[in-house]
Amino acid sequence: MRSYTIIIFGLLLFASFNLMGQSEFTAEEILQKVDENMSSNSTITESKMVIHGRRNTREVVSKGYAEGNEKAFTEYLAPEREKGTKMLKLEDKLWIYNPSTDRTIQLSGHMLRQSVMGSDLSYEDLMEDRELTDIYNAKIIGEETIDNRKCWLLELNATVDDASYQKRKTWIDQERFVPLKEELYAKSGQLLKQITLKNVEKVDGRWYPKNVNYKDVLKEGEGTDFIVLDIQFNPEIPDYIFNKASLKR
Amino acid sequence: MKLAFQLAYRNLVGAGLRTWLNVGILAFTFIVIIFFNGYLDGWNLQAQRESVKWEYGNGQLRHQDYDPLDPFTLTDAHGKLASAKSENLSPILIRQASLYPEGRMISVLMKGIDGNQQSLSIPTEAFQETDAEIPAVIGQRMAKSNSLKVGDKILLRWRDKNGTFDASEITIVKIFDSDVSSIDLGQIWIPIEKLWEMTELKGHATYFIANEHYQHQEISGWKFFSKEELLKQLKEIIEMKSASSSILYLLLLGIALLAIFDTQVLSIFRRQKEIGTYIALGMTRWQVVKLFTIEGSMYSLMASVLGILIGAPIFWYFASNGIGMPEYVTEEDMGITIAQRIYPAFSFGLLLGTLALVVISATIVSFLPSRKIAKIDPVDALKGKVQ
Repeated sequence: MRSYTIIIFGLLLFASFNLMGQSEFTAEEILQKVDENMSSNSTITESKMVIHGRRNTREVVSKGYAEGNEKAFTEYLAPEREKGTKMLKLEDKLWIYNPSTDRTIQLSGHMLRQSVMGSDLSYEDLMEDRELTDIYNAKIIGEETIDNRKCWLLELNATVDDASYQKRKTWIDQERFVPLKEELYAKSGQLLKQITLKNVEKVDGRWYPKNVNYKDVLKEGEGTDFIVLDIQFNPEIPDYIFNKASLKR
Repeated sequence: MKLAFQLAYRNLVGAGLRTWLNVGILAFTFIVIIFFNGYLDGWNLQAQRESVKWEYGNGQLRHQDYDPLDPFTLTDAHGKLASAKSENLSPILIRQASLYPEGRMISVLMKGIDGNQQSLSIPTEAFQETDAEIPAVIGQRMAKSNSLKVGDKILLRWRDKNGTFDASEITIVKIFDSDVSSIDLGQIWIPIEKLWEMTELKGHATYFIANEHYQHQEISGWKFFSKEELLKQLKEIIEMKSASSSILYLLLLGIALLAIFDTQVLSIFRRQKEIGTYIALGMTRWQVVKLFTIEGSMYSLMASVLGILIGAPIFWYFASNGIGMPEYVTEEDMGITIAQRIYPAFSFGLLLGTLALVVISATIVSFLPSRKIAKIDPVDALKGKVQ
């Protein structure tokens, strides 16, 4: 009788390990693979931001150049009102050039927390350049299916004091190593923002989500869609692009 | 002298409509001057009283980096004060936050205030009367513009001292009614102990409100603004307003004085024989000048009497019932304290001052044309040949 109990207990333990979805990867390895897939030394992106307001929907088209995590330059191409507006980010500094006033201003402090062109994204969201693994401690807390894709559900808890979000949950596609959904939480555990990534396509041999929806869940509305129209990985970007002089060019 | 007054009175009454027109317009000016100044004095007194009661207390000890006109200073403009130095001071900590009523996002200033403070009229005692996790008191403008009422629970999102987001529900426990929009619109008042806990800024304040016992001594990193300094801007705005409205009544006074001047010139021309007779009967020329000057200044005395008779009930009515201000003026932040009803303050000094202004200016304009009499040849005057 006693030996049966030990065998049954052993089988249950084995089954429960399997059910917990112990993958061959650790959470850190998954994040690293996601980083390898999603980031590159440099990118040139043409994108469309669809801002769903309470009354109307606006579309802003822009072309962005990025090198590493510390250099980024964006030029707005449409609509007419925003055309010619340029943004330059160098390390932790951000400048904006407005063609109607022909002035360049540096954003700092609370101005960085303002919304970008009325969207659900703040300048600070665009500025965040630290790797997730530098800020968060990740662990796999389960498996879920999103859009018929099997995903690992990772919970990320901040290991530094100055992370904007204390906790994140992210759903990573098990085959393509692309996040399909992300939830950002306040210290109190209140869900603040939800990011949904769709339309995952293979670009230059890597999987990349071409449609990202950012939603401030505390606010009514459909959030902001960020649609990648065209993306180039690792192109050569001339140095003069990441220069303050290029704002007025 | 008595004779001069009697003669002047008879002449004025005898002139009929012309006199009453002059007196009428001068009386109107008299009423307008008193009314405008009383209105501005009333506004000034009310605004000062309310600002002290709701916002300034007996002065403010501000963090050296804090600029109330620059919200970007709020992030870093806060600090601690040694407890010995914070005697008779009540701390206020300001942080920026977002409020989400009914799915809308509103940027607000959350102000932490001591629940036991007595320096300001903000009803902080309401914090003690509730068991809400985060109780908040707001002003009626804030409540109206965002359709909030007592008992409402609204989600608030803020950042702690390191910039990490946090969010929780606040409960509106009291809505106060204040004339001072700068402590109302876009602001929520919560217990400072709670705000310290929420932001991890224990003991920090952006500024302190001084009570009447506070004696200021230099404190490094902090700058003290006395009640008078804080009210200076308000006084300057009202003085500027007073100067601009004085143009209107000076114009009115100018018209009235011009009418008196004109009447004087005409009466000297038409009453040449009378002037000649006075001199022939033994009056000196200057006595005649005095007679005509008194006659002219009599307009102002009559206007003052008429002004007081007509104005008194009007002044009394407005001083007791006030003048209602339009909603858009009181409900929006105009950058200056404006009560919903302004009660004009008609002081004795204002009455005497206006009376003196009207009488002296009327006397001067009566005297100016009368000077001509001093040069008149009595024979020509008797013959009516003075041009």
